[in-house]
Amino acid sequence: MTDTTRGDVRLSGISKKYGSFQAVHPLDLTIPEGSFFALLGASGCGKTTTLRMIAGLEDPTTGTVRLGDQDVTALPPYKRPVNTVFQSYALFPHLDITENIAFGLRRRGIKSVKKQVDDMLELVQLGDHARKKPHQLSGGQQQRVAVARALINHPKVLLLDEPLGALDLKLRRQMQLELKRIQTEVGITFVHVTHDQEEAMTMADQVAVMNAGRVEQLGSPAELYENPQTTFVANFLGTSNLITAEVADSSGDSLVVKAGDAKLSLPAARTSAETRTGGKVLLGIRPEKISLVHADEAGTIAAGRNRITGRIAQSSFIGVSTQYVIDTPVCDAFEVYVQNIERDGRLTPGTEVVLHWNPEHSFGLDAAQDIDAGTEEEVTA
Amino acid sequence: MSAFMRWVRRNLVVLAGLLTLGFLILPNVIVMVFSFNNPKGKFNYAWQEFSTDAWTDPCGVADMCGSLSLSLQIALWSTIGATVLGTMIAFALARYRFRARGAVNSLIFLPMAMPEVVMAASLLTLFLNMGAQLGFWTILIAHIMFCLSFVVTAVKARVMSMDPRLEEAARDLYAGPVQTFIRVTLPIAAPGIAAGALLAFALSFDDFIITNFNAGSTVTFPMFVWGSAQRGTPVQINVIGTAMFAVAVICVLAGILVGNRRKKHA
Amino acid sequence: MTTATDAPPLAPAPEQPPAKPRKPRGRFTPYWLLLPGLLWLVVFFALPMLYQASTSVQTGSLETGYKVTWHFQTYLDALGEYWPQFLRSVLYAGIATVLCLLLGYPLAYLIAFKAGRWRNLILILVIAPFFTSFLIRTLAWKTILADGGWVVSTLDTLRLLDVTSWLGLTEGDRVLATPLAVVCGLTYNFLPFMILPLYTSLERIDGRLHEAAGDLYARPFTAFRKVTFPLSLPGVVSGTLLTFIPASGDYVNAQLLGSTSEKMVGNVIQSQFLTVLDYPTAAALSFILMAAILLMVTFYIRRAGTEDLV
Repeated sequence: MTDTTRGDVRLSGISKKYGSFQAVHPLDLTIPEGSFFALLGASGCGKTTTLRMIAGLEDPTTGTVRLGDQDVTALPPYKRPVNTVFQSYALFPHLDITENIAFGLRRRGIKSVKKQVDDMLELVQLGDHARKKPHQLSGGQQQRVAVARALINHPKVLLLDEPLGALDLKLRRQMQLELKRIQTEVGITFVHVTHDQEEAMTMADQVAVMNAGRVEQLGSPAELYENPQTTFVANFLGTSNLITAEVADSSGDSLVVKAGDAKLSLPAARTSAETRTGGKVLLGIRPEKISLVHADEAGTIAAGRNRITGRIAQSSFIGVSTQYVIDTPVCDAFEVYVQNIERDGRLTPGTEVVLHWNPEHSFGLDAAQDIDAGTEEEVTA
Repeated sequence: MSAFMRWVRRNLVVLAGLLTLGFLILPNVIVMVFSFNNPKGKFNYAWQEFSTDAWTDPCGVADMCGSLSLSLQIALWSTIGATVLGTMIAFALARYRFRARGAVNSLIFLPMAMPEVVMAASLLTLFLNMGAQLGFWTILIAHIMFCLSFVVTAVKARVMSMDPRLEEAARDLYAGPVQTFIRVTLPIAAPGIAAGALLAFALSFDDFIITNFNAGSTVTFPMFVWGSAQRGTPVQINVIGTAMFAVAVICVLAGILVGNRRKKHA
Repeated sequence: MTTATDAPPLAPAPEQPPAKPRKPRGRFTPYWLLLPGLLWLVVFFALPMLYQASTSVQTGSLETGYKVTWHFQTYLDALGEYWPQFLRSVLYAGIATVLCLLLGYPLAYLIAFKAGRWRNLILILVIAPFFTSFLIRTLAWKTILADGGWVVSTLDTLRLLDVTSWLGLTEGDRVLATPLAVVCGLTYNFLPFMILPLYTSLERIDGRLHEAAGDLYARPFTAFRKVTFPLSLPGVVSGTLLTFIPASGDYVNAQLLGSTSEKMVGNVIQSQFLTVLDYPTAAALSFILMAAILLMVTFYIRRAGTEDLV
């Protein structure tokens, strides 16, 4: 099971079709050895199917799966140096914790498992529960048994299928850190499937955002958040305000775009759409990048910033920040998060305000896309 | 290894399962085929020639249809009796705490763990000692007795899996105890009760051993068949057997179809 | 299809008290609910057992009447005279149970995991034969196993009859009126009682456990041996009990498919009670059968340790 060639996971042209339903469109993906890689997407987007094809639990319709130099596409799961932490764990109910963890070693004919099992129990901090049955453990403990049962085999890749889905919020936070610690400690490639964008961003080095059987965008969490390239990514990871605008000048490093009366500037390097003067583009800006001033003080705004006028429709006090929904001529329901450093008491619903932000924080998207893709309403619908 | 052998190896379980299914179905096929036989002599065991005589005259054998109707009556009444008594016990077991649960459970369990011949013989001893007249009533008493446990098991499983908060919700929404029972508890328990009743009907209708001991000179349909195995088997018993089989399959299929349609509309 | 899946579990499931104890609203309600049914079972199930116990130690005759004389000799005499039938009952029922398990497991597995949209149809085919009287179906075996019929001649051609006759299961080129026919009838009659509990417990197994075993380097057969089969043990236990108990007391198959040398203890009880009218002997035999079965069942449930599973 151990071999010294590089252990990158390489998927080439891999796809899956169930009858006439294309669950995964042909995709190419390289997951670097030792990385914590997340497949992020809403349910039914093909992320679990992709994971199961890596595990060998699902035969790909086309394409190949390689681990390092080895083509494992035709290998059954029990011959692949890959292990899975299943959704809701799939612990064997008739075996105790020790036997659950030792299961893989025993199948490979290893007789003396005690030392390794003890080490694993130590790693996941379950030393006292070795002889208990799975149903006697709490959800978080079961989750750790599932991780230990997979890791003891020293797989080249550990696959995690929504491993934290069954846990409550607080425990989930704790287990996120725990999994990250374990990954750093053992240095094995983790491929993590989740629908929780926060989970993916906190844990993973690299995230592939999937939608409708395709990878929408691949990158580090910061890259995906700061420079999304599709409306789906912009809306699915955090919140984005998207303004439909017309390109007035596309000659310089910064595009000049017009939305209603406002002239806004957009860095050409941060625009993923093809742009030409007179064409349409979507200008995006994250709510926390925006500053808000009372209309009376519009004069204090520095030159060179993008600005839009509007009226506060709602405000909700969250503690660390205040979240405003603002009606503007260019986009209704503009979201703005303002840190509660110095609160301006006049900013109540109905007040006329000016929004302004550093043009460098804007990003440009192709206007031909569905502007609501990836928003909560759209995903749950 | 040839491709065919590989295919066989991969589908070994399916092939073995289908063989078992064939083993289970074969006698029914024989019964059906031989309902069209025109046997020589008294026994219908060897194929002679095709004939629909038995189908056009199903009651042409003396006493057979009478025994069939008696069996149906007994099955109906013992189903009603066992379902009512069994449902009550099931509710008590699933919904209340009381003393002597263990003893009650054993009393329910034992009749299912007892060979029929033992129950049959001991019940006959009781009837003989009491000087009871063997016949319709002793059969009915015996059938209710052995169907009861099966009904309790089926209904209890259903009631146990039912969320007690549903009843609390009903009471919270102004339903009195009786209304709660009729509007909420009973409809939810209904599939379990129906399953128990169906089981009771089938067990009672097909029972031979206990009936044989406690029937006296009364003849139910299974007893008629038993007697005919000694005296000569009329083709008509195959007709009845085939008809029952067909009716059961059609009822179940219709039930599934209706269920599917309802699911689609819901 | 609830009838199918709700096959009564014969091994008494560890009794769980209701999840939420109800307020004792109507403290006597449970007793009123229990009373009629339990009374029925006490009078027509428990009391008869006592009567039978008493009958078994009585002496006398039909003409002079019977009296309790604590004549335990009846038991010894009954055992002394009918031990071959007892032995045969246990043997035939045991073989039939093993055959049912071997035949029934693949079918239950097929229904639970492989049948897909055929599942309901196959379940119906397993249950539907119940609706044709089992006596009629048992008589059909007389046709199937008839001398010179295709089954017998096929077995003969394959030299299997030589094997069974060497095992003492058949004689010459006949199958009817041999132990093989009786065992075959018992297996056939009680097979659904094996399949349904097996199916119920297999169907409850989470399919991902099989996947997890494969993921952890278990080959398909090892995954079955280490995960699926152990988890189906409750079904195996109740299936074998539901098959063995009625098979050991059966006399229909021995009567219809066997000859006088295949008589089982059920046949003896039946004829002693209904033909010979020797009530004490019949009661003693019935009592021994009951005791033997209760002992075996208790021992078996202990050994199988169902309560230890899950």
